[in-house]
Amino acid sequence: MLLVYCPYCDVERAETEFACRGEAHIARPADPTQVSDEDWVNYLYMRTNTKGVYAERWRHIHGCGRFFNAVRDTVSDRFLKFYKAGETMPDLEAIAKEAGK
Amino acid sequence: MSDLLANDLITPDAGEAPLLAQADVSILKAVPVTRLSYRGREGSLKAAGKAFGVALPVQPLSNSTAPKRAALWMGPDEWTLLAPEEELNAVFEAIEKGLGDTPHALVDVSHRSLAVIVSGAKAEWLLNTGIFIDLSLEAFPVGTVTRTIFHKAPVMLWRTGPDTFVVESWVSFMDYVSGLLVQVGQELAAA
Amino acid sequence: MSQPFRTEKGGRIDRAEQLTFTFDGEEMQGHKGDTLASALLANGVHLVGRSFKYHRPRGIISAGSEEPNALVGVYRNGDQTPNLRATQVELYQGLEAISQNRFPSLGFDIGAVNDLMSPLFPAGFYYKTFMWPKSFWDRVYEPIIRAAAGLGKPPKNPDHDVYGNIYVHCDVLVAGSGPSGLAAALAAAETGAKVILCDEQAEFGGSLLSETSASIDGKDPCDWVAETIAKLMTMDNVTLLPRTTAFGYFAHNFVALAERVTEHLSNPDPKLPRERLWQVRAKEVVIAAGAIERPMVFPENDRPGILMAESGRTYLNRYGVKVGHKVLVTTACDTAWQAAFDLKDHGVEVVAIADMRETPPANLISIAEARGIRVEAGCVVTGTLGRKRVKGALLGKLMTSGKVASGGQVACDAILMSGGWTPTVSLYSQSRGKVVWDADKGAYVPGKSVQNERSTGASKGLYGLQATLEDGYAAGEEAAKAATGKSAKITYSVATGGEAGAGGTLGALPHDRNAARVKAFVDYQNDVTAKDVKLAVREGMQSIEHIKRYTTTGMATDQGRLSNMNALQIASGALERPVTDVGLTTFRLPFTPTTFGLFAGVSRGDFFDPVRNTPSHDWVVANGGVYEDVGQWKRTWYFPKDGEDMHAAVARECKTARESVGLFDASTLGKIEVVGPDAAEFLERMYTNPWKKLAPGRCRYGLLLNDAGFIVDDGVIGRLAEDRFHVTTTTGGAPSVFATMEDYLQTEWPDLDVWITSTTEQFAVAAVQGPKAREVIAPFIEGVDLSAEAFPHMSVVEATFCGVPCRLFRISFTGELGFEINVPRRHGKMMWETLAKEIEKHNGTVYGTETMHVLRAEKGYIIVGQDTDGTVTPQDAGMSWAIGKKKLDFVGKRGLERPDLVAENRKQFVGLLTKDPKVKLEEGAQITVAENPATGTPAEGHVTSSYYSPALDRNIALAIVKNGHALEGKTLYVPMPNGSIPVEVTGPVFYDKEGARLNV
Repeated sequence: MLLVYCPYCDVERAETEFACRGEAHIARPADPTQVSDEDWVNYLYMRTNTKGVYAERWRHIHGCGRFFNAVRDTVSDRFLKFYKAGETMPDLEAIAKEAGK
Repeated sequence: MSDLLANDLITPDAGEAPLLAQADVSILKAVPVTRLSYRGREGSLKAAGKAFGVALPVQPLSNSTAPKRAALWMGPDEWTLLAPEEELNAVFEAIEKGLGDTPHALVDVSHRSLAVIVSGAKAEWLLNTGIFIDLSLEAFPVGTVTRTIFHKAPVMLWRTGPDTFVVESWVSFMDYVSGLLVQVGQELAAA
Repeated sequence: MSQPFRTEKGGRIDRAEQLTFTFDGEEMQGHKGDTLASALLANGVHLVGRSFKYHRPRGIISAGSEEPNALVGVYRNGDQTPNLRATQVELYQGLEAISQNRFPSLGFDIGAVNDLMSPLFPAGFYYKTFMWPKSFWDRVYEPIIRAAAGLGKPPKNPDHDVYGNIYVHCDVLVAGSGPSGLAAALAAAETGAKVILCDEQAEFGGSLLSETSASIDGKDPCDWVAETIAKLMTMDNVTLLPRTTAFGYFAHNFVALAERVTEHLSNPDPKLPRERLWQVRAKEVVIAAGAIERPMVFPENDRPGILMAESGRTYLNRYGVKVGHKVLVTTACDTAWQAAFDLKDHGVEVVAIADMRETPPANLISIAEARGIRVEAGCVVTGTLGRKRVKGALLGKLMTSGKVASGGQVACDAILMSGGWTPTVSLYSQSRGKVVWDADKGAYVPGKSVQNERSTGASKGLYGLQATLEDGYAAGEEAAKAATGKSAKITYSVATGGEAGAGGTLGALPHDRNAARVKAFVDYQNDVTAKDVKLAVREGMQSIEHIKRYTTTGMATDQGRLSNMNALQIASGALERPVTDVGLTTFRLPFTPTTFGLFAGVSRGDFFDPVRNTPSHDWVVANGGVYEDVGQWKRTWYFPKDGEDMHAAVARECKTARESVGLFDASTLGKIEVVGPDAAEFLERMYTNPWKKLAPGRCRYGLLLNDAGFIVDDGVIGRLAEDRFHVTTTTGGAPSVFATMEDYLQTEWPDLDVWITSTTEQFAVAAVQGPKAREVIAPFIEGVDLSAEAFPHMSVVEATFCGVPCRLFRISFTGELGFEINVPRRHGKMMWETLAKEIEKHNGTVYGTETMHVLRAEKGYIIVGQDTDGTVTPQDAGMSWAIGKKKLDFVGKRGLERPDLVAENRKQFVGLLTKDPKVKLEEGAQITVAENPATGTPAEGHVTSSYYSPALDRNIALAIVKNGHALEGKTLYVPMPNGSIPVEVTGPVFYDKEGARLNV
């Protein structure tokens, strides 16, 4: 059972309080009418599915209810960073390098 | 046995028999109260608190209380406001009036939940049989309030005293929550 | 008289308290403090079971949880728990144990014929033998294998025990309470850190409990243990857990412990759990799991009476039990010599110490000689005699050529062996740490820590009492410092004696016997011999993972703790590659076998999952309603009257609702209150329909898509005020719709001034449907003109019901005049009982979900999730009318324009009428164009709903069919095992197509 930090509650809780919602930083296009079919399909379905350091969405569904983002190493299951929704995507390579030390 | 009064709002329902009454832990049904869900941005909080009668806390997982009022932090834009059952309309109208055109959402959820008061030297132990949060006083001091999971049911947990907790769940989950608490609590009588 | 192998004095048993127990029905005596194993040995019983494959007689081999042979069943209250290790079963008055894996009796076992036929059962036997003919697999091979397989007998009755659970947090968890574990716990505790110390045994102390030739701070080791435990018990920051196995190490320092709470008690209080699962989140973990002794792989090394040397010493010193009267000690390392010395000191005849080393340490030899013990250096055991109990051993002299010369025969009734020590790295391995090969120690030891843990003492290959103590203190201090940042001045105790021994061997030992004829066992429980491992290599297995699966070595309940290193060495020799190249299999959880009850915990029976009831529950039960499960909800399915079956009850309910009035509990429907200045804008973006112009007091059916364009939910939405909507969802969809709305609000449109609140359980809902619905509710509703003109179809108003505030909707899911009344939930019971009484006056009926389904199907209303499957668009469902054509965007709009969603040949929602009105279609049945399509013909669609319609007095069905809208009037087929059923494609609305009944 993973230990997840909620940046809104400022507390670590067990994974069962949370729901993982897949890859982070995939924004719904602002004007869908201007998006090609292919790009819409990419938006809907295509994910990087990284083996390694990955930014993903979590929701503190049985807590404060907020969505937030986490950087997780999908190999070791280690969380490397938690940040609030709306904050810019961190430099994953830099985080990976830092963690690899 | 510690003080069974959770506080001046969540009090044992005198008309209901205790679900569990043992030397080291008791489980009592609480009286109905007015519960309002308040949602709004930071700019609305001051007026909301003033109209309600106690400030809405901004520190995560905390509560603020005044006589017959309690405001519980549920999330960064969500609070549960508690008041006596009969004050529903008065409180609702006061807040709506106090906020005027300031965007917010106030919804009556008084009937959505039921509460039990779990109290006694073994209250912490009993809750930890189904809740994975560290409930030691250092990690979960008096006044802490949080939503979490009790076994397989979502609950709200509020510590109102060193040995006293309010456990609230949506009505249809309460048979499960209180049933398990009682079943496991009976183990203490055997030990 | 009894207990002929009990020593006269010594040991930690309570000689004053005698306990009676039975083994296979035979009554015996033991003492408090015994395990079943030690008590059996005290009575001279070594033969306790039969092996898995060859049914060879087997005896107790160890004194710990690694025991592979002594698996027994224990009876309690008429139930039997199989596969308990006798070495871990604590003796209590009246204990009833049975041996396993034998028929008809332990002494005479028919299955033992397998041993004579063993040339027929080589490694990979199953893979080679049961390959053909294919048809034999199901009918012949599998039943026989299944009947023969398995250990013990599963219990027949439901488990009557209860199982507990507790979540705990600590700074330092110490697993194991030998010298290093105790020292670690004490050191960590002295810093003030929150410490949990667990040990799988009944008593703390580990190896110290059988150590009689060393001292700590000048004291007897057992006294030091007692003092240390007494001190820990006084500390509030320490939790002591005996009989508790750390069996699983998970991510983020989450460790699962199994505590055996009552199994050791004669008459436990039934309120107490049999076992308790401790789910521990530890900031730091200290693994002090110790090491276990390795068997020596010599021919016939499995006879009852052959034990590990240190276990023999444990039985002697801790339990006061002699493993035999004439004992041979065979070893490759120093530590076994102490067992010989201790036995001799207790008056046991030690026939010889056979040490395979050419020159064992001189000091050991002189101690042996002083005691008059014969020493044979450079000597191995090449075979043993006896069947149900070892009677003698063949000795062999190791020659410089590597060959073995016969060294004669000795008579003995027990053999103690020691191939050296293997650190227990299971927990470390579970924590995802990689073990590294230590050539000096000839062992795999923990490498780099992956999680916040450290191994200490023998579990990392460190031996010798003083060294392990010191290492334990240091590990405890370091762990506490890492967890809390605190440290304290710790006084280390000092040990004398208990020095680390040298020596050890791996793999099969040489012998002078016919290699084809003898069996030298590597894995006792799975009956894997050295020969099997070599055969696996000869047959092409290269990786230890393949060798393991082919031979099943290391796959028994001890997970190869006894066998892995020997198997690895044998494989390495056969492959002619170094051990490090062959690899080591991964240790998995659980560390020792763990009951299902422990994992299930409280989640059984009534508490398996939350059961959610509505306020009509008591009334429904009193009135004989039949429930169906809808997720966690109990919903009334139908209300049988006077012995009606379901068909009759549903037919009556349908007819009555259409002709008069029906009452239905709709409380489980999801309800979401959408509030804020941007409420209409938000719904405009979420739902396909337009909302901005909906007037307060009016309702609209809302259709919710995902951004791919597919229908995911629906429900009626009422506007209560400019900035307040009452949204309903499907029962099952309520949580996901709420989560989806929050997702869009929080992450896509955080600028909108609107908030959502679940009110599903704030309200109880009664649906009153039928021509007389208005008359039924009128007496109780105040403050509303209910006339068709003032309160038309699709209206909502806030009113009172019997004086209680309510939200009254005029909506219909039946096609009849209908109302849905929402009252605050605590008034739900009152509302239901009031209305149930009232409808009787109108010859109405209460109805359940089945009637609800029939009535809506007659009207062609979809049920999301039944008539849709996540690939249905509004157009497919014939619901283009629900799409706001002028809207620039809503969730799903762009998705609907994708080429595949506007292409020809999409499956569309239609009605089906069987040509024979009496024939009812199966839901889920496939639909084809041809009456008897060739095998492999793709289906045109499938039946989604099928019911008998009382209103039409015939069967009706709904379906999704390729190009279905264009096929109206055409005939299709539903092929079934008993013949193809012809059906006519129709529109989905079967009843009151104009909707006249709604607007009355």
